Amino acid sequence: MEEIKKTCLHDRHIALGAQMSPFGGFDMPIQYEGIIEEHTAVRTACGVFDVSHMGEVTICGADAERFVGHIFSNDVREMAVGKILYGMMLNEHGGVVDDLLVYKRGENDFFLVINAANIDKDMAWIEKCAEGFDVEIIPLSDQLGELAVQGPEAEAVMEQVLGIACRDLAFYTFKESELDGAHILVSRTGYTGEDGFEIYADHDTIRSLWDELIESGRAKPCGLGCRDTLRFEVGLPLYGDELADDITPLEAGLGIFVKLDKPEFIGREALAAQKAAGAPRKLVGLELADRAIARHGYEVVDEEGNVVGHVTTGYRGISVDKSIAAALVDARCAATGTQLSVRIRRKTFPATVTSKKFYKKSYKK
Amino acid sequence: MKTYYSPTHEYARVEGNIALIGITDYAQKALGNVVYVDMPEQGDDVTAGEDFGAVESVKAASDLIAPVSGAVIEINEQLIDNPGLVNQDADANWIIKVEMTDPSELDQLMDKAAYDAHCEAEKH
Repeated sequence: MEEIKKTCLHDRHIALGAQMSPFGGFDMPIQYEGIIEEHTAVRTACGVFDVSHMGEVTICGADAERFVGHIFSNDVREMAVGKILYGMMLNEHGGVVDDLLVYKRGENDFFLVINAANIDKDMAWIEKCAEGFDVEIIPLSDQLGELAVQGPEAEAVMEQVLGIACRDLAFYTFKESELDGAHILVSRTGYTGEDGFEIYADHDTIRSLWDELIESGRAKPCGLGCRDTLRFEVGLPLYGDELADDITPLEAGLGIFVKLDKPEFIGREALAAQKAAGAPRKLVGLELADRAIARHGYEVVDEEGNVVGHVTTGYRGISVDKSIAAALVDARCAATGTQLSVRIRRKTFPATVTSKKFYKKSYKK
Repeated sequence: MKTYYSPTHEYARVEGNIALIGITDYAQKALGNVVYVDMPEQGDDVTAGEDFGAVESVKAASDLIAPVSGAVIEINEQLIDNPGLVNQDADANWIIKVEMTDPSELDQLMDKAAYDAHCEAEKH
């Protein structure tokens, strides 16, 4: 087995007494004080996450815009410098290689942020697809760390504690600046459904920003445990749960990030055909009447007892005090209000199909 | 009254042929916030070494393994609406009360000192 990687903040997590666990090939903090406390801090005040496990890659060169357009489901052609787009890299069958953010730093200069668990797969995929394009592919995952500062107080914390002016930064835009001689990139993005920022910088800078935030007492250290509960409640997908090589964005309800009106991109034909025929499966929300929790992989059955899908993520909601889940089910079972059941250990629990957005996002746009 | 411990972090607090079965303080700390306890019903049989339910934290479900065999004569109904009691006091908040069919099974379990050593070893 490959040796587990550590982020540049690993020693900080140990010193804070975090519960550590492998995630995406890294030894990551799952929680410090507790998932519920950390989740609530992000919904009501401010939390800081070490997300240095995320991968980064720059794509530049004469054909960069055309190449990114070729491998990315969203449309970068009309994109202004300083903007960010969410979308997916797709395979020829329309399945998702990875979901990612694309930052436009300049004409033919793009910065891609990819999932930790997919770094090797994505880099190989990008290299393979780049044949015939005049582009330079620069892996940055080993050089950059990343912090996510999230919550309704995030803007004030960024400005007052870190001295990073960001009130004028619009949602899904970024700026680059110098901070104590170091180059930083700050975007108004996140994965919690709250207002917030993500900061990319070299390891030393990330360490000193983290220390300032923790010492200020104004940003609670938050682990990946609550990152998952937060993103799940607002219906944001996680690669490996809601997205995979054999799940299409149309099935996952992410069609708005797939621009079928673009003349060309990998996976376009497959998705155009699936759109015309109708996606065979759909990602839905489930609400359970009981307290039992539907976990990833559990079977979903219809009223006749036929297996019609599986749970992708499930929790006892924290901001939503119910047992809730997301599930990928046959399209015929996907209408809101449909009565299904989930098999949990030896028992079967009734569940009602609902929206998968269980909690309202509060982005600052 | 004597308390016995399993390697999977259940305790059996025994008086006569009755055992109160719950999870240890070490286990509740490792699990974090308990949000659901899946319990058998009164009258069900449990078998030593086999699962009889689960404790669910926010993060994950963890099977409950019966330390002894017997019939469930009572479940801790307070845990239905208040599963977090397990975090507050895991010793006081037992999960099921079992009438043991084979008290000699207790010989397979650990005493407090052996269990503490077991937990210490697991940390490393």
